Amino acid sequence: MPAVVQNLPLFLDGLRTTLQLAVGALVLALAVGTLVALLRVSPLGVLRVAGTAYVEFLRNTPLLVQMFFWVFGLPFVGVVLPEFGGALLGLAFYTSAFVAEAMRAGILSIQHGQIEAARAMGLSYVQTMRLVVLPQAIAITVPPLGNLAIALTKNTSVASAVLVPELMYQAEVVNARTFATYETFFVTAALYLALTIPLSRLVARLEHRLTRFRSA
Amino acid sequence: MAEQGCDGIICFRDVHKWFGRLHVLRGVELTIDYGEKVVIAGPSGSGKSTLLRCINRLEPIQQGELIVDGQRVDESHADINRLRSKIGMVFQHFNLFPHLTVLENITLAPRYVLKMPRAEAEEKARGLLDRVHIPEKASAYPAQLSGGQQQRVAIARALAMDPKIMLFDEPTSALDPEMIKEVLDVMRALAQARGMTMVVVTHEMGFAREVADRMVFMADGVIVEQAPTDEFFSSPQEERTKQFMSRILHH
Repeated sequence: MPAVVQNLPLFLDGLRTTLQLAVGALVLALAVGTLVALLRVSPLGVLRVAGTAYVEFLRNTPLLVQMFFWVFGLPFVGVVLPEFGGALLGLAFYTSAFVAEAMRAGILSIQHGQIEAARAMGLSYVQTMRLVVLPQAIAITVPPLGNLAIALTKNTSVASAVLVPELMYQAEVVNARTFATYETFFVTAALYLALTIPLSRLVARLEHRLTRFRSA
Repeated sequence: MAEQGCDGIICFRDVHKWFGRLHVLRGVELTIDYGEKVVIAGPSGSGKSTLLRCINRLEPIQQGELIVDGQRVDESHADINRLRSKIGMVFQHFNLFPHLTVLENITLAPRYVLKMPRAEAEEKARGLLDRVHIPEKASAYPAQLSGGQQQRVAIARALAMDPKIMLFDEPTSALDPEMIKEVLDVMRALAQARGMTMVVVTHEMGFAREVADRMVFMADGVIVEQAPTDEFFSSPQEERTKQFMSRILHH
């Protein structure tokens, strides 16, 4: 344990970077995923095809490959991203494909009568989506989005492979220095839990809050 | 409007509609006058709800002409959102927005379609809630209301746009028997308003008899018979109408 305690600043540094990576990628993934979900349910065929292509491409290739592409691949076409930025984009776009699918399912679960009532009053398609469909769809989608947020948090560890000094990267550094492998990775796991357990609790509370209106 | 060849507020001219291969409206001819109260009756599957839903283009028609308030609804360039804002619709299953309070349900369209200031829209909504006899439910969510209350909110929501035309699609069919009256009472009061055109699809023949200026009877996608209400009930002409009436009145 002394090996771990000595290197605590490294762990905490890594934890902070992990948190930044997770929060940044989550915000971006939710925004992009919602837009892609709207493409997927669009009345226009071209938009639906574009949305489907996006989802299939990003969902069906490994995260590690995508991250290598952003960080090590793009420089070959003249775009050099810092490791942190590349990893964040990789995580965000990868996760956005799953967000889009969850959100699409949520949108499709809204009863058609809701859309008819909104359109019958003269609301436009976009207003109907924004004011009537999406608020209900998001509330329904909170549990699967919570799962995705947890998966995303854990997936930040992949960024260690592209040299982002997040928690997993720092754990490897400590391990190489001290050979206290057992303690190092035990503590690392505990630190990931310290992020993900509160996240699960938060999701449960959010779910409760957002679905309040459904029951009397 | 005269140049469209429609001297009423709603004109169906040889209107046809198909659902896939199913021919659900087979040449409907119907003119509804300004301010007229029309009840459409008929067996289920006769196309009466479809007919109603064509009026605000929830269902597009495939053949014929449909003119509503001087506009050709069947033409794709019609400003359908503008037209719809003048047509209120009440659905069988209420279709209130469950994530919004009663007040928010009623003010949504005035605020976002008519761009009415929030305070004004809310004041108007409260007035409408008085009119449908549930002023105390302004901040409730739809799930906290009974079916009859939900339908009355839905009526208030439709009225919030000051519609020229109100469409009712079997408004009491999903209600428990003890709640039907409270909804029909609100509709009766509404029918007193001179200017408003009402088109009601319903099986409530007592209500129809009291409120309708004219009865329209449909079967198999065509209008079998239409007549002033008294005439329709006292001396129906067509065999199918008589059959239907005897079934619905003596069950």
